[in-house]
Amino acid sequence: MQASADLFGQQEANRRASRRLVAGFIIFVAWLGFGADIIWYYASSREAAARVVEGLSPNVVHHFPGLGILLLAVALIIIWWAFAFGPAQIISSTGAREITAPATPAEHQLVNVVDEMSIASGVPRPRIWIIPDDAPNALTTGTDAASAQLAVTQGLLESSSRDELQAVIAHEMGHISNLDVRLMTLLTALVGLVAFVHGAAFRVMRFGGGSGGSSGRGGSSSRSRGGGGAGGVLVIVLAVVWVISWLIAPLVTRFVVMRVGRSREFLADAMSAQYTRNPGALADALEKISNSTAKPDAIPISSAQLCIMDPSSSDRSERKGRWADLMATHPPVGERVARLRQMAYQPVERLNPTPDP
Amino acid sequence: MAFIIFIAVLLVIAFLFVGAYNKLVSLKAQVENAWKQIDVQLKRRHDLIPNLVNTVRGAMGFERETLEAVVEARNRAVAVVSGTPSPSGVAATAAAETQLTGALSRLMAVVEAYPDLKATGNVAQLQEELSSTENKIAFARQLYNDTATRYNATQRMFPTVLFAGMAGAAPVPLWEISDNAERSVPNMDLGFGARS
Repeated sequence: MQASADLFGQQEANRRASRRLVAGFIIFVAWLGFGADIIWYYASSREAAARVVEGLSPNVVHHFPGLGILLLAVALIIIWWAFAFGPAQIISSTGAREITAPATPAEHQLVNVVDEMSIASGVPRPRIWIIPDDAPNALTTGTDAASAQLAVTQGLLESSSRDELQAVIAHEMGHISNLDVRLMTLLTALVGLVAFVHGAAFRVMRFGGGSGGSSGRGGSSSRSRGGGGAGGVLVIVLAVVWVISWLIAPLVTRFVVMRVGRSREFLADAMSAQYTRNPGALADALEKISNSTAKPDAIPISSAQLCIMDPSSSDRSERKGRWADLMATHPPVGERVARLRQMAYQPVERLNPTPDP
Repeated sequence: MAFIIFIAVLLVIAFLFVGAYNKLVSLKAQVENAWKQIDVQLKRRHDLIPNLVNTVRGAMGFERETLEAVVEARNRAVAVVSGTPSPSGVAATAAAETQLTGALSRLMAVVEAYPDLKATGNVAQLQEELSSTENKIAFARQLYNDTATRYNATQRMFPTVLFAGMAGAAPVPLWEISDNAERSVPNMDLGFGARS
């Protein structure tokens, strides 16, 4: 797929891509939970049918999807927790200070630029923080536009021109407007849940624990005859697919979340271009940030996906290969810069030939 | 059977209508909000100007004409009352504000020519405020134009076009440059009207 030069075309393509990925992700996680119930239902109704043929009293058929609902409930609790306590925790972990009354000219300018971009995006002005870090970077958190918080590092304020600062802030406002933080928090929580269940199951298996209760755990114990024994092959195939799904789940879910995150970064870049109408400035800013030699130390690795650029891997000269690109929180800088230059109808220098897969 | 199909078709049309109607109403509200944002920013600029003029008045007494042009343009712009987007209102507001922008940029050019005036931090701060104000107005217009364009385009799209009349939707005017002199300013990037 060739990235189209047009800014609104790029926005639409990115939205479509992440919608597909998120839909696939949700279906996959739902299958991990409710798949067990489906298999259980087929197996138990088959057994019930067999017992009827033999003239025995039928066993309990698994109707109530208790396993899926249990997983869903745990997921909801984790997501609620992440929404309620995540943003404040992220900001405080960077040691940032909030700008309420700007004191220096640089702070005045920052507040003005944020005001301008909140006007351009039509999003309420977020709370503004400055992170004491010499490496230029910026991040956003908050699960909705009204409670969003925006933090920039001291290094960004000192190293960038007004236009570049504006472009970076516009990128962050793009994240706020797209509700990216909410999306990524939600997906990351699900990845954590899948990884947790996966790990727990493997530990149980290693120590030869029992393989789940065989009594109807779901509570609903309506006795009914399974409608015609479904083929035993179906049960086995489903069970095998389900077990394989769980085996690969941690890797697959993480991979998909990283994909979504990268497509949201491209989208935020395109939103920045829409707000400032100056995509070249963001390209300049990205190059400046990636070429910075200052060592980032204030932003924890776990917040990397919230930043404008991964603070731990901002060195562009370091080639990390395809695998690292697949698992990266952000697209390669060269490709982001190339797309922005394309929007600005500027010549593309130092373009990494990485076609969109 | 025919009856069921008839009911189904009716239901589909009803759903389409509700969807189109809600979309148009929501977009119209956004357009109005964006329009109010321009007013808010213009008002901010009007309030900032007396402050600016007082700061520079003492130091540049003999540039009286430039200062008076700013004050006069400001007062004229304040007088133009702008309400909901209507073709005549937009044009009048746009014309008055364009004049004010021109007068202000001439003033800033004059301030540039007085190094000792520029050296006082007060003026540097005011310059930042003023250029930010100009940016805010430009971005508010940009948001209005983007939103109005989406509203206008949605009205012409299928199937919304079938219900636009019933929903009371009418095309709204975009904020345009009415002064040909301003259009010819060379440092304006075409198609990207944010920085005028």
